[in-house]
Amino acid sequence: MSIGHTLLGLLESGPRHGYDLKRTFDEKFGHDRPLHYGQVYSTMSRLLKNGLVEVDGIESDGGPERKRYAITEAGITDVSAWLAQPEKPEPYLQSTLYTKVVLALLTGRSAADLLDAQRSEHLRLMRILTDRKRKGDLADQLICDHALFHLEADLRWLELTAARLGRLAKVVNP
Amino acid sequence: MTPAGSLLTAHDLHKSYGSTPALDGASFSIHPGEVVAVMGPSGSGKSTLLHCLAGIVTPDRGTITYAGRELSTMSDAERSALRRTEFGFVFQFGQLVPELTCVENVALPLRLSGARRKDAERTALTWMERLEVDDLGAKRPAEVSGGQGQRVAVARALASSPKVIFADEPTGALDSLNGERVLELLTEAARSANVAVVLVTHEARVAAYSDRDVTVRDGRARDLEHAV
Repeated sequence: MSIGHTLLGLLESGPRHGYDLKRTFDEKFGHDRPLHYGQVYSTMSRLLKNGLVEVDGIESDGGPERKRYAITEAGITDVSAWLAQPEKPEPYLQSTLYTKVVLALLTGRSAADLLDAQRSEHLRLMRILTDRKRKGDLADQLICDHALFHLEADLRWLELTAARLGRLAKVVNP
Repeated sequence: MTPAGSLLTAHDLHKSYGSTPALDGASFSIHPGEVVAVMGPSGSGKSTLLHCLAGIVTPDRGTITYAGRELSTMSDAERSALRRTEFGFVFQFGQLVPELTCVENVALPLRLSGARRKDAERTALTWMERLEVDDLGAKRPAEVSGGQGQRVAVARALASSPKVIFADEPTGALDSLNGERVLELLTEAARSANVAVVLVTHEARVAAYSDRDVTVRDGRARDLEHAV
């Protein structure tokens, strides 16, 4: 995820402090991976240098000074361009699982056991996500669904590969 | 061998249809209040396993024990009574009686067990409320959507306070949103009422609603977490 573009996007609704940006980011997008303060300030320095944000004011409230950032016209254009650009689909061609299956077959180990163990691990994670989805709000449900659909695709591949192990064994061990 | 505390156990089941083996040494166990997904590709024997566990099909060999009693020692009448009072069923479709209203469908198992119409329908409505279909009481199955019909079917399966629910691809005919809601309501209601659910499915997203899964492959059930 582009943290810079996301923080810029959050600034479109109005100026914010670094701390406020971090809190909003974590709340909306950082469920499992909250931002470090360092990341926020280094990103804001870069955006400032590139003219995508500007300092809207400095407050201290008796404590350390806090900069309030505002998005610039150039920043708004940058966010628009990022949102309009489709994400590159993952090709999924560098699969560790495929490598493991082939190596198991090459070395005379049980590829079926490997696939079963993987299947079980995938389902375990799907259970955790399903539970989180059930207890969460709509945003949580959407995030979990995205992960669940990918895990489901992996599982379908595992099933298909399990059904083709005999043929694959002949290909890798001619 | 019966795993400690299990409600329903099958050991080394064999079943053939003609010369085609459907089950070839399958074992299974489930505890009260547990949701177990039975997974496997088409033709792997998972529906046959469910039918044997529910006493609908008699295995050629192997034992099935429910609450300490072997199913094979029961008479047909005893097995029918067991299915009516202790088991509930949810299938993919076609399970509601088209001539009856939804509330009459849900009340049907209770009526068959001798409950008075008023009492049966009051209990039925409580379960329909739980499944969020209490406003459909007066409608006939043909007048409700697929998702609503499945919720009515789940309410019917739960209405007679069974100990085990057998669900064979219960969301197979529904779109994913409706399917997930049915699963959510089914598993929540079953867990809170301490009802065991045998959930047959080939879909991982459905199985993810279970507590654990058993895979049937070539007529053999494989339980990776709890070998029986």
